[in-house]
Amino acid sequence: MPIEPLLVLAVFLAALGLFGFRVYRRLEHMRLGQPAESIGQWRQRIWLWLVYVFGQRRLFRFARPGVAHFFVFWGFLLLLPTIAQAILEGVWPGFVLPFLGTFGPLALVQDLIAVAVAIAVVYDLYMRLIVKPERYKGSHKTEGVVVLFFILTIMISLLVMNGIKREQGDSPIEPAYWQPVSAFVGSLLAGLSTSAQDMVARVAYWVHLSVVLLFLTMLPGGKHFHVVTSMFNVFLRDLEPPGKLPPAPQFGDQTGVKNVEQFSWRAMLNWYSCTECGRCQDVCPAYASGLELSPKLLIMGLRAHLYERGTALKAGPAKASADAPASAATAVLEKELTGDVISDAALWACTTCYACDQECPLFIEHVDPIVDMRRYLLTQQRADATLVDALMNLRRYGNSFGQSERRRAMWTADMAPPVKDIRREPAHTLWFVGDYASYSPTLTAVTQATARVFQKAGVDFGLLYEAERNTGNDVRRTGEEGLFELLATKNKMALNGCEFQEIVTTDPHTYNALKNEYRSDGDSDGMPAVPILHYTELLDRAITSGQLPIGRQLGYTVTYHDPCYLGRYNGVYDAPRRVLEAIGCRVVEMPRNRDRSLCCGAGGGRIWMDESAVQERPSENRIREAAELSDVGYFVVACPKDLTMYRDAVKTAGQEDRLAVKDLIELVEEALEQT
Amino acid sequence: MDILVPIKLVPDLVEELEIAANGVALDRRFMRLIPSEQDDHALEEALLLKERHGGSVTVITLDTGDTDDTLYTAIAKGADRAIKVTGESFDEGVTNHAASSVLQAAAKDLTFDLILTGAQATDDLDGSTGPLLAARLGLPFVGYVLAVSQEDGGIVVRKEYPGGLVAEMTVDLPAVLGISAAEKPPRYVVTAKVMEAMKTATIEEVAAGDADAQGAAELARMYLPESGERAEMIEGGVDQVADALVALFGKRGLLG
Amino acid sequence: MSKDVWVVVESLRGEVLENTYTMLAAGRTLADGLGGKLTALLLGSKAEGLAGTLGVADGVTYVDHPALADFTPDAYRRTISALVKEAAPRAVLMGHSSMGMDVASGISIDLGLPLVSACQTLSAAAGFVSVTCGGKVLAEGKLPEPACLVTLVPGGHKPQDGRKDAAPPVARVQPPVPLDDLKTKLKGYIEPEAGGIDITKESILVSVGRGIGQQDNLKLAEELAAALGGAVSASRPIVDQGWLPTSRLVGKSGKSVKPRLYLALGISGAPEHHEGMSDAECIVAVNTDEKAPILDYAQYGVMEDALKLMPVLTARVKQAKGG
Repeated sequence: MPIEPLLVLAVFLAALGLFGFRVYRRLEHMRLGQPAESIGQWRQRIWLWLVYVFGQRRLFRFARPGVAHFFVFWGFLLLLPTIAQAILEGVWPGFVLPFLGTFGPLALVQDLIAVAVAIAVVYDLYMRLIVKPERYKGSHKTEGVVVLFFILTIMISLLVMNGIKREQGDSPIEPAYWQPVSAFVGSLLAGLSTSAQDMVARVAYWVHLSVVLLFLTMLPGGKHFHVVTSMFNVFLRDLEPPGKLPPAPQFGDQTGVKNVEQFSWRAMLNWYSCTECGRCQDVCPAYASGLELSPKLLIMGLRAHLYERGTALKAGPAKASADAPASAATAVLEKELTGDVISDAALWACTTCYACDQECPLFIEHVDPIVDMRRYLLTQQRADATLVDALMNLRRYGNSFGQSERRRAMWTADMAPPVKDIRREPAHTLWFVGDYASYSPTLTAVTQATARVFQKAGVDFGLLYEAERNTGNDVRRTGEEGLFELLATKNKMALNGCEFQEIVTTDPHTYNALKNEYRSDGDSDGMPAVPILHYTELLDRAITSGQLPIGRQLGYTVTYHDPCYLGRYNGVYDAPRRVLEAIGCRVVEMPRNRDRSLCCGAGGGRIWMDESAVQERPSENRIREAAELSDVGYFVVACPKDLTMYRDAVKTAGQEDRLAVKDLIELVEEALEQT
Repeated sequence: MDILVPIKLVPDLVEELEIAANGVALDRRFMRLIPSEQDDHALEEALLLKERHGGSVTVITLDTGDTDDTLYTAIAKGADRAIKVTGESFDEGVTNHAASSVLQAAAKDLTFDLILTGAQATDDLDGSTGPLLAARLGLPFVGYVLAVSQEDGGIVVRKEYPGGLVAEMTVDLPAVLGISAAEKPPRYVVTAKVMEAMKTATIEEVAAGDADAQGAAELARMYLPESGERAEMIEGGVDQVADALVALFGKRGLLG
Repeated sequence: MSKDVWVVVESLRGEVLENTYTMLAAGRTLADGLGGKLTALLLGSKAEGLAGTLGVADGVTYVDHPALADFTPDAYRRTISALVKEAAPRAVLMGHSSMGMDVASGISIDLGLPLVSACQTLSAAAGFVSVTCGGKVLAEGKLPEPACLVTLVPGGHKPQDGRKDAAPPVARVQPPVPLDDLKTKLKGYIEPEAGGIDITKESILVSVGRGIGQQDNLKLAEELAAALGGAVSASRPIVDQGWLPTSRLVGKSGKSVKPRLYLALGISGAPEHHEGMSDAECIVAVNTDEKAPILDYAQYGVMEDALKLMPVLTARVKQAKGG
């Protein structure tokens, strides 16, 4: 047998072997991980897979890079037959792939897409080398650039190979109009002698083959592993509602995650799929405010640590002696996941706003691992004093303000008619008020306004009064699982003692807990099976049904800030906007609206934590974003923590004369006044 | 070192306090009781010493009500034993003299090198439990202690004086110390650990013997101070208030 | 039954502490009401000169011994107990302080004498008024007979009334009990952090308490203090967290200040804090809790969030000062 086909075969098998070995090693590391819940919901999975993998839907959130990647992805898929063709014809000269190798329309698509990929790659190189966007900071630049050159090379070499085949009348595709680009490339080389063309073709072939196989062996080692894993990762992803955290992992005495192998295999598959694109980093409010957290670097750090620790666990720690220093494996095994690999500061910086998870095209989960590590940190007393104080208050008094339960409903004192006590008499709607709306002295007026609007809308509502406790949504996100359970138990007991048909709340965090956290696995888990509404949904319903007559149209130009736990987590975007329109306000959207809304910085327990490391508050950043909308005079919110944060931010950002910060209920009450 | 930590449950000042019908005591019916803040610090200091030098920590309280949560929390934090002393009249409130007498009797069955308790409690009216207990047991006492360290078979304490001055004293063991602040703020123990302690740990119960209740003065009256002479309130929003204050400062020649 | 009143003098490194004068004022009132003598009990080593400001007392009993050079609980308690046992005065006044509280309880047990602590006001006719529960509750009663011990807190009697720069007759006595084999011994003193501001010398203090929230907010107070030409001081929780050094602490365990303006931001005003600033000329309390004890003795009160008020006030002050 001639040498060259043997060489192709040898090179191919070697590359395949090396690729396989590297994949195997990473699979071995993944097997150290914990089991994940069983996979189900097949139809939904297949549909999401089609939309998000083949449709590349999330990629387009960054428009131009999205288009470029769309072509690279489809180029890769559609050109796979050409790679198979190249390898096979190398081993068996003259071999032609049946059907796929001769089908004209496919060849046309391949020709065109090769050009599209080349253009996309040039654009990507321009981004990497000239524009250098912030989101790439910390990503492996060399690998990125090298691979882009690889892809470009693969495209060019393919077109050269096809072009020369066309020129020499050797192409399995007929007629020629099916390969216009290849024909064009071939025509550029028409001037060369046949032997020169053969030489060029051979060089192109070996360049093509080598780069493809080199790329193959490189895949498992870096961010391009996503080429293999992304399909699986998106298909197998967690389909639980985002607003529901998984239960705290327990390893004997230890709560939360201390070592990287205590994460599930699904989390590890997430990390292998990270492309280091930095879209998560770009939307992270903690990162923007100058804190240590970058969701991208978090995932990259976890991935790298899994590899080194997996390797070290296999190698086994060597015993250090006076003569031989401790081996590298021992050093790695002594590394602490929390503290050495991911810093405490980075873990506490997260507001759990979900922007990262929402943005990631690979559906990588960033918030869940952070919470799992926080769960461990708290057991080690590694939390700042202000958070500890808030947790102690929550444990003792059921609210973070450190005030007696008896003062929870003090805001109702002067209400006429008095607000129903739903513990004593049934009501149609139970209003779960929430801590901030109840205890914060600056928010009392808004809470009272809400009550008045409910009354005007004819809502038959009642409160739990002193029996209400913080729902524990953010408590859970600080990692204090036991306290969350304690609060949830107390709240559920109170709820079960009352008669009502639905629950409304003014606080999106409360909304999320009642809707998602208080039930498990489709069971009620002690939670009454009633609809949960945010007050904007209730108002929307009341206005649409005519129950709440709007007296006048306000005529304001406003912008609306989507709260994280109402928007991203629970998909409620339209109800508040409809309400604003119904009361005659023109809504002008901020650039970052709906699921791109920038978190105010209070969530995830951050409102209970020390802020001294923050360089620029996300809330000020957001106010400035709103101020750039020249006609807008009102910044409308629908969450008491947003109201607190933005009322403050509008002053510290010096925009008080420019923007009025209002809760939606304040505008609705204004509109109820008869002209 | 084996350390005993008596903890006193005191009224939570977050709540409104009311006077009982007899006019000489607080109405304890709806009162929330919490561990005295400095006793929490004493427990923290004891746990720190245990972590550094080994030994054991035993917490002991009189059953004046609401004690279980405090005791289980102490165990969850790392205490080895929790003892509750029960007595008929305890839930009406106990003077420090009586409490120290009860503790003295209970301490007879315990071995310890050191007793750590808070330097004072918010509802003290007849001295503090620590020095009273020390005197009854015939042990040396130093109060207002900020730090304890073990040195040459004995201990050295740091005692605070006004103006931030600190004195270092050596104390012979066994001894009683009144802690005003531990070297670190009292640790936070996650709720799950407290719940676990509630399930797995046992609180030992001991009956109080006869207490020597003498030593506290009899009260003629207990009352809430009249809000008569109160501050003149400056009304208005932030801006009006700021203006009013600046005017006030100016009038007093403070802006010169 | 004796009618005599004793006051145990508290001194630190050669200086009589202020609460001694408060005690002498109270003791004088009590002794006069009872028709008895007021004696100051002074313990020390070569410290007879300290009697020079104790003129309000009718006499000084001075015990001199090297072991009494500095306060230590064991030596002082033994000495005072023995002397009180022998002389059996009607009442013995001690400070409700780091020194007084170390020995008062012990003497109560040693001699079987009732102990009234946290006492603010004393008089022969009315007895005692003590303050408890962070200043929210008062307790009064007759002085126990035939003899009792009292620990005093400032606020009821004025230290000016207890100080007279003249030395009453001094009776020097030997230590009544052996002072060997002491169980508590002094090793030395540790100075507070030196350098920086001396808040006792400032005429305007912007003082911060728990209501300040986070450490980050201290800079608002710094700015306000700078605008007013004063300094930042703090209550105990702030210093315990390490946000400000102990040199800035106002209160019983910190410094006593007498500024012309004391602006208390987010300070509840518990007695321990009040002790340190009760003599301020003008106290303005900014707090969101209308029940805060500080409002009982401040001249002016503001129901506002200190964090909101500070920047606005800073701006107005700067404006008023021109520029």
